[in-house]
Amino acid sequence: MKLVSVVKELGLKTHCGANLSDEVTGGYVGDLLSDVMAGATEDQIWITRQVHPNIIAVAALKELAAIVTVAEPEAETVVKAEAEGVALFSTDSSAFEVSGRLFKLLEP
Amino acid sequence: MNVESEHFSVTGGDFARAGAISIRVKKALSNLGLPRCVIRKVAVVVFEAEANIISYATEGEINYIISDDHIEIHIDDRGQGIPDLSMALREGYSTADEVVRGMGFGAGMGLPNMRRYSDEFQIESKVDQGTSIRSIIYLHGGENE
Repeated sequence: MKLVSVVKELGLKTHCGANLSDEVTGGYVGDLLSDVMAGATEDQIWITRQVHPNIIAVAALKELAAIVTVAEPEAETVVKAEAEGVALFSTDSSAFEVSGRLFKLLEP
Repeated sequence: MNVESEHFSVTGGDFARAGAISIRVKKALSNLGLPRCVIRKVAVVVFEAEANIISYATEGEINYIISDDHIEIHIDDRGQGIPDLSMALREGYSTADEVVRGMGFGAGMGLPNMRRYSDEFQIESKVDQGTSIRSIIYLHGGENE
C-alpha cells in the first residue's frame, strides 16, 4: 500500500509529506533508537512516542517509509524532517491503536 | 569533498547533533555508488559510534578509510571508558542515566549493534581514559546482514 493511502486511512496529521507515493511494507514500534536501528527495515512505518530531532536521523539512515509519532513532534524535528526528506506524521491515537489499524491495513 | 577518507570530531553531550555524521557518511558513500547493503551497515556503525561518544565520552573522533575491498572505521574517544567490556557487549546491558534514556538512547544495544553490523570488530577501553573501536566492513560478500 502506498504511504499516501496509509496516511488517509489512518487519518494522520502531516508534518512533512515526503515520499508519499512510496510503498509501505510493514511497521515497527519502539522508543529506543538502537532497537529501531537494529530491528526496523527499509520501507516500514516507525511508530514512536519519541518526538525529538534524533528520530529523523534514524529514519533517514534506515530508509524508513515514515515516522508516526503518538505525540506532537518538536518544531526542530519537523525542520530536520524537511531537510532530510523524511516523511513525518502524528496521531492522537495510542501506539497500540495506530499499530493495530496499520497492521489491519497491510495484512488484512 | 574527499570521499576516500573522512575525519569527524564529536563532542560529548551534544545530543542535538546525534546522527549528523552518519547521515553525511551515508550520503558520501551513496555518491560513490557503493552497494546499499554496505552503506546500511556503515550507517548503523557510525550512528551508534556517535551516540556512544555523545552519551558517555567527553570528546571523540570518527574516521573512515575506503580501500579496494573494505571500509575501515576508527572510533576513538576520551572519557570514562568501559570497566567491563564483556558486559557492555551484551544486548540490553546499559549504564545510561535517565537523561540519556529519556531521549531513547541507552537501550544497551549500541555496541552489540556495532559488532553485529561489522565484518571485523575490535574494541579496547581504559577506565578514565577512553575507548577505541575498529570496525571493518567488506565491500563485497560480507557475511553479516
